[in-house]
Amino acid sequence: MSAAQALAPDRRPIGARDVAMLAAGLAIVVAPHALRAPLWLTLLTAALVAWRAAALTTPRLLPSSGLLLAVAAVGLIGVWLQYRAIFGRTPGVALLVLFGGMKMLESRSQRDAAALVFLTWFLAITNFLYTQSIPTAFGMLAAVATSVAALVGLAAPRRAPRANLRTAMLLLGQAVPAALVLFLLFPRVQGPLWGLPQDAYSGIAGLSDSMTPGSLSQLTLSDAIAFRVDFKGELPPRRTLYWRGPVLWDFDGRTWRAGSPGIAALPEPSNGTRIEYSVLLEPHNRNWLFALESPALLPPRARYLDDGEIVTLAPVRARLRYDMVSQLEADPVADEDPRNLRRALAMPAGFNPRARAMAARWHAESSGDRQVLARAIEYFRVERLQYTTLPRLLGRDTVDEFLFESREGFCEHFASAFAFLMRAAGVPARVVTGYQGGDLNPVDNRFTVRQADAHAWTEVYLVDRGWIRVDPTVLSVPLRLDGGLERAVGETARLPLMMRPDMAWLRTLRYNWEALTYQWNLLVLGYSPERQRDLMTWFGMRDADWLELASTLLAALGAFVLALSAWLLRQATRPDPVQSAWRRFCGKLGARGVPRAPHEGPRDYAERAARSLPSASEPIRRIAALYIALRYGPAGAGGAPSARAQSVMQLRRMVRELRFG
Amino acid sequence: MARPAEAPERGAIVLGHRRVYIVPSRLGLFFGAALLILLVGSINYSLALGFALTFLLAGMGIAGMVQTTRNLARLTVRAARAEPVFAGERARFRVLLDNAAAYDRPEILLCRLGSDAQCRVDVGPGAAAEAELAVPAGRRGWLPLGRVMLETRFPVGLFRAWSYVRPDGRCLVYPRPEPGALPPPAPSTQAGGARMRAQGSDDFSGLRAYQSSDSPRHVAWKSVARSDTLYARGDTQHVLRNDMLTKQFAGEAATELWLDYATLPAALDPEARLSRLAGWVLAAERGGASYGLRLPGGEIPPGRGERHRAACLEALALFGAPSGPGEARAERAA
Repeated sequence: MSAAQALAPDRRPIGARDVAMLAAGLAIVVAPHALRAPLWLTLLTAALVAWRAAALTTPRLLPSSGLLLAVAAVGLIGVWLQYRAIFGRTPGVALLVLFGGMKMLESRSQRDAAALVFLTWFLAITNFLYTQSIPTAFGMLAAVATSVAALVGLAAPRRAPRANLRTAMLLLGQAVPAALVLFLLFPRVQGPLWGLPQDAYSGIAGLSDSMTPGSLSQLTLSDAIAFRVDFKGELPPRRTLYWRGPVLWDFDGRTWRAGSPGIAALPEPSNGTRIEYSVLLEPHNRNWLFALESPALLPPRARYLDDGEIVTLAPVRARLRYDMVSQLEADPVADEDPRNLRRALAMPAGFNPRARAMAARWHAESSGDRQVLARAIEYFRVERLQYTTLPRLLGRDTVDEFLFESREGFCEHFASAFAFLMRAAGVPARVVTGYQGGDLNPVDNRFTVRQADAHAWTEVYLVDRGWIRVDPTVLSVPLRLDGGLERAVGETARLPLMMRPDMAWLRTLRYNWEALTYQWNLLVLGYSPERQRDLMTWFGMRDADWLELASTLLAALGAFVLALSAWLLRQATRPDPVQSAWRRFCGKLGARGVPRAPHEGPRDYAERAARSLPSASEPIRRIAALYIALRYGPAGAGGAPSARAQSVMQLRRMVRELRFG
Repeated sequence: MARPAEAPERGAIVLGHRRVYIVPSRLGLFFGAALLILLVGSINYSLALGFALTFLLAGMGIAGMVQTTRNLARLTVRAARAEPVFAGERARFRVLLDNAAAYDRPEILLCRLGSDAQCRVDVGPGAAAEAELAVPAGRRGWLPLGRVMLETRFPVGLFRAWSYVRPDGRCLVYPRPEPGALPPPAPSTQAGGARMRAQGSDDFSGLRAYQSSDSPRHVAWKSVARSDTLYARGDTQHVLRNDMLTKQFAGEAATELWLDYATLPAALDPEARLSRLAGWVLAAERGGASYGLRLPGGEIPPGRGERHRAACLEALALFGAPSGPGEARAERAA
């Protein structure tokens, strides 16, 4: 009886193997954070782990609790100095990383080690706050496998590390069905349960409720996916693909801002081509849902605003999938609130005198709004303003400078100028932002709309027709509509990498990857309370509440535990190959008139049989010796499992080939 | 609670999975708490992969529970022969664990209930392993192995599975030998009285216990040196005085030594007498004398050697026991 045996299992000290396993798990979960965290934090954490490793050979290096406290204080002050905060997502994660290093350093017993394993899992999950991509998922899976192997190592310190790793893999493999059942059936609640830190959704790209010169062109440098679309049936023509987003009403000379639309009933669109599609929208931390004009269906928990926007009640902070029906090129709705029309004519005084003058001339020379519109369209078509993703910075009179001086701009300049001219000429106009076009992924036949497809256009109100769409960018640069951004610009330098024409092979790779990502986003990340309800309906449980879900879940889990127990316990009764070979051997000898007496040990029996059957005495003795070695020898302590397996195979072969003269 | 289960289970005991109990260990409770935190975090931040990770770990816990049960289930337990010991020593029970399954069963802890005896063993696939439980032997007689708990936390340590068995192992406990002076040799009846020899102390014929009147020249010093190992823990002075043997020479007295219960002072209680007799048996065997044992109700004729010694000590161990070894065997055979 050694002292270690007398200790409670969680007090047993840990060894080098445990430290190595724990450090590996910690390294995997900290690595992605290291890309975001300040360098000193990563280095400090690595130093703490190295310190613990050094203490393996020199135990007196293990720090006293006073020293640990000092290290903790240094780390805490460092985080405070770095972020000026302790709470919140980023400093919180930084602290957790630091705790990981500290716990590693102070780990002496199995209890400490288990706590570190749990901490590793917390750190793993914090990575998902930043990205839930497929590579991250695999990385964290590796971390979980490592940490579970560490747990197994703690439970069986004398077992070979490889055997422990195999046990951990088996455990995780057997966990998959239960995990799947839980994932599908665990009653999902839409978060958050409490207020999130203010920085929880920072850094999400997307359209906003205002537009200044340059804001959209910044967005179009991003390759990020805005949403993906699955069209049922024929792909509509590209020029009709205007994904409507925020509508901007108020102009202060520089910035266009959203109005204050009210909630309205969805008008029934008339005429047009009906198309059905579903959208998988990336979280953009705003309320807009994007749809083609004119929407004929509202997604659940969405509202229609009277300027044609579709919004959700809460910001879209998780990937959202919704089904849509639109009628392309439907007739516009004619009537509009006069207050809104007055708003669509308002202009800041004292800006853009030249544009005003030109608009006033158009107004004077035309008989009605329709003719003014025609003049404006003609103007944009003839003037051939240039399209660029690198617009010059504009001064005070943005419209004048764009139209008459720089004569080049991005869609926001075109839209802003057109709407301004219309208002100056007395025609109600507003700016609409959203996305135009997108590209088809030939791998999965789904349509991808990226931030780079962000676009701004205008809508003009004609008394007898209603709001009609005018895209001034397309008037000047027709290629923008057909070929997308790259053809309109004609220069590759400032385009996102994937949109450059000379990167075809890269694009193919990208298409495949994005097709996979789409499925991942749709099926795994997009699994929402709504999808859960759909699944239950498919199972025949309409409108399942959480109680029904929970009982289904428990039943499924119970079935899983029973099945797993039955399977594993059957393994327990399945005879060992060594034993069954021996029984076969005894049977063969018994058939030759030398049955084994119940009291007889293998050595005695083999000796007796060898004497009775002299023609086969040599193989009989060899079989018995091998059997004794396999069964009563040291239990695989020194030898590799493969060596044992070979011996077992040899025993079975020898028994099979046993002949008697 | 006196029920038939109190009787030991004969032969090989196969642990059916119904007699394997399982509860979460302390670590398992912390694991549950950690899962809860992970779950709440996943809900709050709507982390689909957070759910996936939490549920994978939960599944791992479930699989761990089943595997922990499996680590004991269908294990065959059997008690092997335990060598007799003296009261005050530890009885070394050997328990054989036989694993018929093709997987290994590591980290099985055996505890003998009611004592601090425990042993941790790993049983390989299709192999057998032996655990040794060193149980303090307090009193002479048969010491049953009693109830043994098998416990395991393998593979994840989150659950503790255990089972109770009562293998029919027992260990013979001899009385605690009390070192004491050997009695003077009784006159040999067969020899027809002491034969006189003319020359006093020339022909060596054996050993007897030291008596204070003996000449130091006749002390068997080699034997004393040997005996030290046996009584190493005792007081050296005491050992020397009580354990010394004197060379006996032909013509001095009869060579047959009778260790007789009746010769011991009546003031000694029976256990003390048996202890004294046990001490005598050891001393006599060590001295190489031929000795017999006489107890109320039976005697063992003089002899010597390992088997003779064992027979004498067994008789002392089981003296007055309600069921002798013969009865126990008969009961077992029934």
